This record gives sequence, C-alpha cells and structure tokens, in this order.
Amino acid sequence: MAGTTTPPAVGMEEYVEPTWGSKLAYVWRLLWRDKGGLLGMILFLLMVITAVFAPIIAPHDPLEQNLRDSKLPPAWYEGGNWDYPLGTDRLGKDIFSRIVYGTRVSLTVAVFGVLIAGGLGLLAGLVAGFMGGKVDGAIMAGVNLWLAIPYLVFVVVIASILGRSLFNVILIFGITDSPIFARVTRGEVLRIRQSGYVESAISVGASTSRIMFDHILPNLIGPLITLATFEMSAMIFYEAGLSSWAERAAHWCQLGQHGRSLPSILAKLPWMVIYPGLAIAIASLAMNLLGDWLRDVLDPRLRRSRA
Amino acid sequence: MQRYLLSRLVQSFLLLLGVLIVVFFMIRLTGDPVSLMVPKEAPAEVREAFREANGFNRPLYAQFFEYLLNAFQLDLGHSLKFRQSNLSIIMERLPSTVYLATISLFLAIVIAVPIGIIGGFNPGSAADTVGRAFGLFGQTIPGFVFALYLILIFAVRLGWLPSFGRDFWYSVILPATALSIGGIGQFVRLTRSAVLEIRNEDYIRTARSKGLSKMAIGARHVARNAALALISVVTVQYSYMLGGSIYIESIFAWPGLGNLLQGAIVDRDFPLIQALAIVFSFFVVTLNLLTDVIYAVIDPRIRYGS
Repeated sequence: MAGTTTPPAVGMEEYVEPTWGSKLAYVWRLLWRDKGGLLGMILFLLMVITAVFAPIIAPHDPLEQNLRDSKLPPAWYEGGNWDYPLGTDRLGKDIFSRIVYGTRVSLTVAVFGVLIAGGLGLLAGLVAGFMGGKVDGAIMAGVNLWLAIPYLVFVVVIASILGRSLFNVILIFGITDSPIFARVTRGEVLRIRQSGYVESAISVGASTSRIMFDHILPNLIGPLITLATFEMSAMIFYEAGLSSWAERAAHWCQLGQHGRSLPSILAKLPWMVIYPGLAIAIASLAMNLLGDWLRDVLDPRLRRSRA
Repeated sequence: MQRYLLSRLVQSFLLLLGVLIVVFFMIRLTGDPVSLMVPKEAPAEVREAFREANGFNRPLYAQFFEYLLNAFQLDLGHSLKFRQSNLSIIMERLPSTVYLATISLFLAIVIAVPIGIIGGFNPGSAADTVGRAFGLFGQTIPGFVFALYLILIFAVRLGWLPSFGRDFWYSVILPATALSIGGIGQFVRLTRSAVLEIRNEDYIRTARSKGLSKMAIGARHVARNAALALISVVTVQYSYMLGGSIYIESIFAWPGLGNLLQGAIVDRDFPLIQALAIVFSFFVVTLNLLTDVIYAVIDPRIRYGS
C-alpha cells in the first residue's frame, strides 16, 4: 500500500469505531510489551478461575475433617499421597482445598471491599473537589481524621466489636479504606478542573453535569482503577492476616498460652504455613504487577519514565 | 514559619480531639458497651452492677465529657483485666514497641537507600534489575508471611535465632527483619525514582558543567534532594511500624503494644483497647506534625514561604 494513495490530512482520517476484537488485540499488545504486567494478568486470571470454579478444582470440602488422615505431608514427601496434594492439618483438613476456597474469600473481600471504598471515596472526593470551600474543608477534615487512626488498628478493633463475618469484614475494609479514594479523587478533580479542555468546555457554555460526566469522570477512571488494584492487594493480605491472627488468638486463648505453640506447629507441620503463605504472596504479587502495568498504561505521563 | 507551625500544631490538636471522639463512639457501635464487656451468660445483676460501676448507666453526654476531661488529664481509664490504669500498662510496654520499630526503620533505610541510589544512577544495569526485583519482593510479600518463613528457616530449621519473646539481645533480629521488609520495598522504589528524576534537573547539569566530580554531585545535590522526597515516606512508614506491628508482634510474642492489643481483644478488655487505639493514633498525629516541622526547617520553599 506504500505510496498508492495520498494519506488524508492529519485529523481528517475517517473515524472507525474500534471493534471488540481490535480493542482486545490492543490490550494484548500492551501486555506483551510489559512482561511484568503479563505475568500479573495471568496470575490474576488464574485466581479468578480458581475462585469461580473452586468446587470443581478442590478435591475436598475445605471444612471436612478426616482425623485418620491428619498431619499428612505434601504428596511428594514420604507418607504423603495425592488425595491431599499439599498435605493436611491437625484435623485432617486438606490444605490445597483450603487454599482454593480461600482464594474465593480473598477475592470476594477484595472486590466488594474496593467497590464500597471506591464508591464512597469517589462520591466524597467528587463533592469535595467540586463544591470547594467549606464543604471541601469539612470532607477533607473527616478524611484526615480517618487516616490518623492506623488502618490495621481500626480494622482489628472494629472486627472485634462487630464480629468477623464475611459481610462485616467487607464492610469494615470498604469503609476504612474509603478516605484514600476520596483523597485521590479530590486531587484529580482539582487537577482536571484546571486543565485547558475543561476551561474550553466552560467557555462554550457546557453545563456542570456535562463537565462532570463527559470530562471529569472519564479522566478519573485511570487513577482510580490503578489505586483499586493496589488496595485489593492490601485487602487480600490484611484479610488473610486478620483471619489467621484471630484464629490463632482464639486458639491461644483456649490453651492459655501465648506464642509458644507457633514454633512447634512450624516444626511439625511446616506445610500448614508454607503453602497458604505462598498463595497469599502470589496473590499480592499478581495485584502489584497488574497495578504497576495499569498505572503505566492508563497514565500516559508515566509511560516514558518506565520505558 | 512560626505561623505555619502554629497552624499545624492547632490542626494536630483538633485531629487528636477528633480521634478521641471517634474512639468513644467506636466502642459504642453496637449500642450497649456492657454487652461487649460482660459475658452473655452473666446474670442480670452482675451486668447491672458492672453498668453501675463503670458509669454506663449515666446519660451519654455525661460519659462523653468525663471521658474527654480525663483524657486531657492523661487518664485513659482502667483495664478490666489488669485492674490498673491503662496508661501505666501501656507505658510499660511502649519501650519494646518503640525499640522494635526504630530498629526496623533503621534496617530498612540502611538496606534500601543504597540499593535505590545505585539503581537510580545506573538505570537498566544488572545491579538495577536485581535491586528492582528486591524492591518488588519487599513490596509484595506480606510482612506476616515473611515472618513465618523467617521463623521456619532461622528458628526451626537452623536453630540460630529465637522465634519468640525478647529474652536475648538478638531476639530482635527476626521481628525487625519481618517488620522492615515492606519499608524496604517502598524505600528502594522511591529512592530510585527520586534519583532518576533529580539526575535530569537543570541544576545537576549546571553542576556537571562546572566540572564537579560525580561523587560531589551525588553527595551535595542528588542525595540532599532525594532525602527531601524520602522524609515524608520515612515518617509515615515509622508510624506504620509503630502501629502496624500488630501481626508481627503477635507472631513473635514480642512484649509490645501490638501484642497487648491482641491480648486485650482476646480478653474483651475494651477500656484497654480504647486506650491503645488512642495511643496508636497519637503516634500517627505526632509523626505527621514532626514531618511538617522537619520540612519547615530544611525546605527553604516552606521556610521562607508565607
């Protein structure tokens, strides 16, 4: 096609609505260019598949106790067998199945937690950034107050007051994490409002709602998705920490001893800790790689600095 | 500058007041604090006696003002379990937590900053790749998972280091390593990107054109400006290490505030939990104020600004 037709003037090319196929191909090209992002995406998709098809993938019920098969090592060790690929705990629960179902819990908490945090934060940040003045001052004072209480202390204390059901944990993460979203949203709104295109839109008489929905919201999506990915990673490991921490606390409470039992568990049943820990670390790695990649792709200002 | 600092001081004070209010209502989230603190099986007389003794039968505003008044006199209530003032229990445990957090912070800075500087000066080199991978590892692996792996390797398998308590001087090594790993990841990335950015600034080019040696430029210009970018992150990380060491302290049975909070939650000792939440928030507010003061002193843009 070289030289056969004269190219149209810049900006006058006919606009073709991109098809889903071409969009996907574009995302694939972006992923292929950044191998870290590719790895993150693959691991994330694996997590989603594991969570969705947990009953098919897991060989056992995660709560099923098989006292006859308790304390088995992983399959490739002496005494292990492939019925329990990663071994069993003291009550004979299958570690692998527990990880598979745990992925479900982790992802549920992370996705819904981030949706709540993002929704609340977006709303507060939009109002603060748009109204300015006293409303902005009041909202940001609230945000700063929320951030003054250490996140983890907050989560642990509220969980101990309200109870640690799945619903409560999601709600606690969602609410305690929302100030970060509010702060980022407000900052972005203020930045975008200063930009030339919003000024132009105002000067040609665009309504406030039009500026909000056509100009500001689309530009918020990039930074918020990136933030959401990192916050999901944080929620996954705080949730894991919270549940194992609370479980251990309850266990120690029964035994009336503190801390001394952990090394003996680690000495006798190391696989109880190694593989779940590895699963959490991989989940966290996936979300971090994905977040890095999204930040680069969605924010063109950053693209060159990583090239 | 005085006016700036004064306004920061007032802000911090208001923030602390806000924290006191939030914590007061947090304990009352379920409506009745007595039902939180007294076992469900307890007979009604016991519950009522408890309500009476702790003043929960009085109107909410009276409880609230007494609580505030006491807090301003540094009285954070009494522990149900220990039967002594919360503040004295906390003061007893405080040195352990500060010790652990300080060593962790020091460790993180000493390890991460050189890696970040080397990477920033030689982007794309082998050393940079290794450094970035290390930074990603630090940022990615959850501290408590790392803690368990450390115990498994160095305490259980090799038997080199104790896995719990604070009985020997070297007891601090494992918990401090576990607590510092997140900070290491963050500091490596931040130092690297700060150095990368500063290297391209005009004043560096000027310095180079004047014939200054690489070392002189690095020490005088790059390091000082990178430090400026690092300070705020370092103080935030420090407050995180002080308050966020709950999991790590519990895993290592470290006799600090995080462990105290775990015990208090197990025992449902809510007056102590409340006092601990206030103290942890106090760290954050104080360190934020400290950051502002440091910037006011060293950053001329704030020092001479309005």
